[in-house]
Amino acid sequence: MALPQAKIDATEARLAALAMPDGAQWARRVREAALERFRKMGLPGPRDEYWRFTRPDTLNAAQTPEAALFDADEPPAFSGLDRLRLVFRDGVFDAEASDPLELEGVEIMRLADATSQDIHWAKDLYGVLEERAQDPVARPFAALNTAFATDGVVLRVTGKPSKPLHFRYLHEETDSDAILHFLVKVEEGAEVTILENGPAAARFNKCFEIDVADRAAFHHIRTQGRDHERRAVTHLFARLGEESAFKSFTLTANGRLTRNEAFIELTGDNAQAHIAGAAMGDGDFHHDDTVFVVHDAVNCESRQVFKKVLKNGAVGAFQGKILVKPGAQKTDGYQISQSLLLDGDAQFLAKPELEIYADDVACSHGSTSGAIDEEALFYLRSRGVPESEAKDLLVLAFLAEAIAEIEDEAIAADIRDRLEGWLLRHRS
Amino acid sequence: MLNIKNLHVKLEEEDKQILKGVDLEVPAGSVHAIMGPNGSGKSTLSYVLSGRDGYEVTEGEATLEGADLLEMEPEERAAAGLFLAFQYPVEIPGVGNMTFLRTALNAQRKTRGEEEMSAADFLKLIRDKAKGLKIEADMLKRPVNVGFSGGEKKRNEILQMAMLEPKMCILDETDSGLDVDAMRLVADGVNALRDEGRAFLVITHYQRLLDHIRPDVVHIMADGRMVKTGGPELALEVENNGYADILAEAV
Ligand SMILES: Nc1ncnc2c1ncn2[C@@H]1O[C@H](COP(=O)(O)OP(=O)(O)OP(=O)(O)O)[C@@H](O)[C@H]1O
Ligand SMILES: [Mg+2]
Repeated sequence: MALPQAKIDATEARLAALAMPDGAQWARRVREAALERFRKMGLPGPRDEYWRFTRPDTLNAAQTPEAALFDADEPPAFSGLDRLRLVFRDGVFDAEASDPLELEGVEIMRLADATSQDIHWAKDLYGVLEERAQDPVARPFAALNTAFATDGVVLRVTGKPSKPLHFRYLHEETDSDAILHFLVKVEEGAEVTILENGPAAARFNKCFEIDVADRAAFHHIRTQGRDHERRAVTHLFARLGEESAFKSFTLTANGRLTRNEAFIELTGDNAQAHIAGAAMGDGDFHHDDTVFVVHDAVNCESRQVFKKVLKNGAVGAFQGKILVKPGAQKTDGYQISQSLLLDGDAQFLAKPELEIYADDVACSHGSTSGAIDEEALFYLRSRGVPESEAKDLLVLAFLAEAIAEIEDEAIAADIRDRLEGWLLRHRS
Repeated sequence: MLNIKNLHVKLEEEDKQILKGVDLEVPAGSVHAIMGPNGSGKSTLSYVLSGRDGYEVTEGEATLEGADLLEMEPEERAAAGLFLAFQYPVEIPGVGNMTFLRTALNAQRKTRGEEEMSAADFLKLIRDKAKGLKIEADMLKRPVNVGFSGGEKKRNEILQMAMLEPKMCILDETDSGLDVDAMRLVADGVNALRDEGRAFLVITHYQRLLDHIRPDVVHIMADGRMVKTGGPELALEVENNGYADILAEAV
């Protein structure tokens, strides 16, 4: 189907502002193919069903919308942990500020180095999971990312590294536009934890392609920077082998626009995928979690737990799907998306979906939107807890199910502290 | 301790008068009981005293040790020493019982300008009090009242009372839903707290609780006011004959 002229124009205008990085022949081919995919889809528009809840204008714009810098008054997330740090400034890897790219059990290489080699394992992953995820729903920003990513890191995990890898994204220019692409190949039986924090740029487009082999495990915790004006569209693409595990948690506090997409395919039997998020918005804040989980093997478990706390005009959106393919028997799929609206101005839009083609499955989904429970609030106050403190307690209680998805107790405590800090700063 | 004069209360949402001139004086060191037919306004009185939203005081006053209760926020009333054991304790998923009690205890102390209790001291105290009420350690860790049986919820209210050591304790039908043994535990818990500086207002439908917690004065409430006041024998009269005679007499 031909695209409308307005869409073609917008798409070409965006492309005119971008330059495709050079690389080995295979890499150029992959990028060209992604560009072709992208041109066929075009940038998303208000008529696209998948963008019904979120206006993509500022993500589409050829010129990067500016975002003021932000001085966080708390130490960055994960500061207290022993970790291997990889620092990006406005989307450019900063080797000086980073730890040496050496850690037992994992090969670490900059994307440009991997894609300039004639023979590299990255060839079998770069753009591969992204392309698989383009059906049944188009994800143009991911194709754009594959075609134009300027930096990133590729990881091949062969063992169990002694510490997590931490991608720290700094935002230092008000008009930076960053496109980063990461590959994570977790070999059979291996296990890795990836941490991410920071706003990265005024506008950030990020892709992760994650291949989790049989009996391997991938853990992921991220906090998206507190810069109020930043915008981001991110994709997590994951393919899971037999008895493998994928666990991802995202904390989003502030940001003008965030669209976090995930496409997770359970392709090996007995695999497990958990994806969770807590989003806190006050004022000019739009947060969209768009998740697609595909069960294509027997006896797999998936959980989606998304909680949003919204006030003062903030908007939250959730589109979540569990697709159970024929033959994916004994699937256990769970999905919950909830919002807590702290005043009458906030808004939550949700589209939970189940599509099931197997008969022996247990899938459930639920979506709710509500205010603070007045009965509970009075009960707490009647015991002497001041109103604002009682409210914070109830908000944290609301978020508890999402935070419970973080397995590492130290990280969970760090996230909880951040949430408490946010609530304290945003008391009204 | 607690002084209520001519208290008139209507619902905020609708034009419905519920309390129609309540007079009540509960001196320090005493135990008063309130009995009365369903819907007579007993819980409403306890809610209005503890500061729940939704009611409008149209006339009268209520003071705790001379301080105007009606002017205070619920948390200020609690810090001033008022405690209500709810007829229907509220479930709060996601908030641990211990966290809740420790937050409450320390918030009250802070409001009163006292030092906060350390985690270790708190743990020791709550273990001790819980044991007396036969509350399992596991229940302390669970979210507030979530999945508790009716009787467990009531015992949890008394645990909170024992921990917070309020001056004025209002118990709204704490006995309903309790088995015979649990009722004795609760009564023991209350009796252990009885002293010169503390007063109790026990709302109940049954004589049985009053066998264990001997009241000094019994009030009968009907249609939003106290219609009769007497000694413990009044409770027996209700138990044996119901309210008909008392109400007829009051009209
Ligand atoms: N929020 C409300 N909306 C409507 N009616 C109310 C409300 N609160 C109380 N009432 C009414 O006020 C009256 C008194 O209620 P209250 O709960 O105080 O009675 P009670 O004496 O505690 O009864 P019980 O012995 O059954 O516990 C009842 O008729 C009740 O229906
Ligand atoms: Mg009642």
